[in-house]
Amino acid sequence: MNVLEFTFLVWAGSLVAGFLGALTGLGGGVVLVPLLTIFFHVDLRYAIGASLVSVIATSSGSAAAYVKEGFSNIRIGMFLEIATTIGALLGAYLTVKVPANAIAIIFGIVLLYSAYVSRRTRPRTDVEQPPDPLATKLKMNGSFPDTSGVRQYNVYNVPSGFGVMFIAGTLSGLLGIGSGALKVVAMDQAMKIPFKVSTTTSNFMIGVTAAASAGVYLSRGYIDPSLAMPVMIGVLMGSLLGTRVLVKTQTKRLRLVFSVVIVLLGLEMMFKGLTGGL
Amino acid sequence: MTMKPLNDERVEGLIANLLRAGVVIAALVVIGGAVPYLAEHPWAHVSYRAFHGEPNELKAVHEIIPNAFSGNPRGIMQLGLLLLIATPIARVVFSAGAFAVEGDRMYVGFTLIVLAVLLYSLFGSFLIA
Repeated sequence: MNVLEFTFLVWAGSLVAGFLGALTGLGGGVVLVPLLTIFFHVDLRYAIGASLVSVIATSSGSAAAYVKEGFSNIRIGMFLEIATTIGALLGAYLTVKVPANAIAIIFGIVLLYSAYVSRRTRPRTDVEQPPDPLATKLKMNGSFPDTSGVRQYNVYNVPSGFGVMFIAGTLSGLLGIGSGALKVVAMDQAMKIPFKVSTTTSNFMIGVTAAASAGVYLSRGYIDPSLAMPVMIGVLMGSLLGTRVLVKTQTKRLRLVFSVVIVLLGLEMMFKGLTGGL
Repeated sequence: MTMKPLNDERVEGLIANLLRAGVVIAALVVIGGAVPYLAEHPWAHVSYRAFHGEPNELKAVHEIIPNAFSGNPRGIMQLGLLLLIATPIARVVFSAGAFAVEGDRMYVGFTLIVLAVLLYSLFGSFLIA
């Protein structure tokens, strides 16, 4: 392929990934690395570097839309970013040590897990508990605008949430993804943070987490500008379009379709990893 | 002079604008490098199948900037990507300042830890290697 063809096709593929990622709320980053490695035969490390860059772009670009609604909690976000950024550093260093085939298999597992999380309905038993002393000390309890005025919420299980965030950060650095699914699990399931607050705070954290590993990737020479350029521009345009359309469309069927795509890509990544096809 | 009190909501609004501005500037710089890059060798063969690693002028922060200003198209795109990586870092710096104004020492401390990790990631490999 020549420069023009390659740049255009990668841009178009990233546009679709960003569009579907924003529309379904599953994030476009998770399909970018499989897209680049499987269909464009890009080396895994270059693909991860380009994907990280696009994760920063979409997270930062969409923050404005989220913040207006007043759901995100910057204290929770900042505290947990200690875990995700240190994890991201570890993940970025592991990329050098772990063989590409093993990374492909881990990637496949994470893809399957993301699809599973997105399909599951969240059974949550919200029992009224007294405020958690640690969360209170860390000033994490907050409130957000609700249909019936302002709703107060308490935060629980800070240590286990912190632990899951460390793992989310490590996977983000190792695989070049936002790890949004795992971040939401940590906040929603473990820390009992209301879903709207955890999704928006997660989006807020993704950019900082990705910047921690992107710094390592850049200084190691894993970020190629000619490849990252169409990926970044494509994903950014796609996700901006996606958030515009989001309000108007019925996304249930689309989520199902995108989940199936994620499962197929996950299986393909695992197959390539097991057969040494990467 | 009347200033609105610096509460959490106002801080979040300012952060959102900072992030959006960073992304827009980064994207414009990347496009500014992409146009001459595509015009230069549009028909050249390209493959990313094998990993080579980027040369120094595209990976070290202190070399990316002069390389971009020398007009190298790939250097300009890389500067745009560096600005993009710097955007969340700027956000963390801003948060540290906002927590300091609010007098929240504990969160100034947490924020500085995050900032230290981010700066280490960008510059740390040069301290070791």
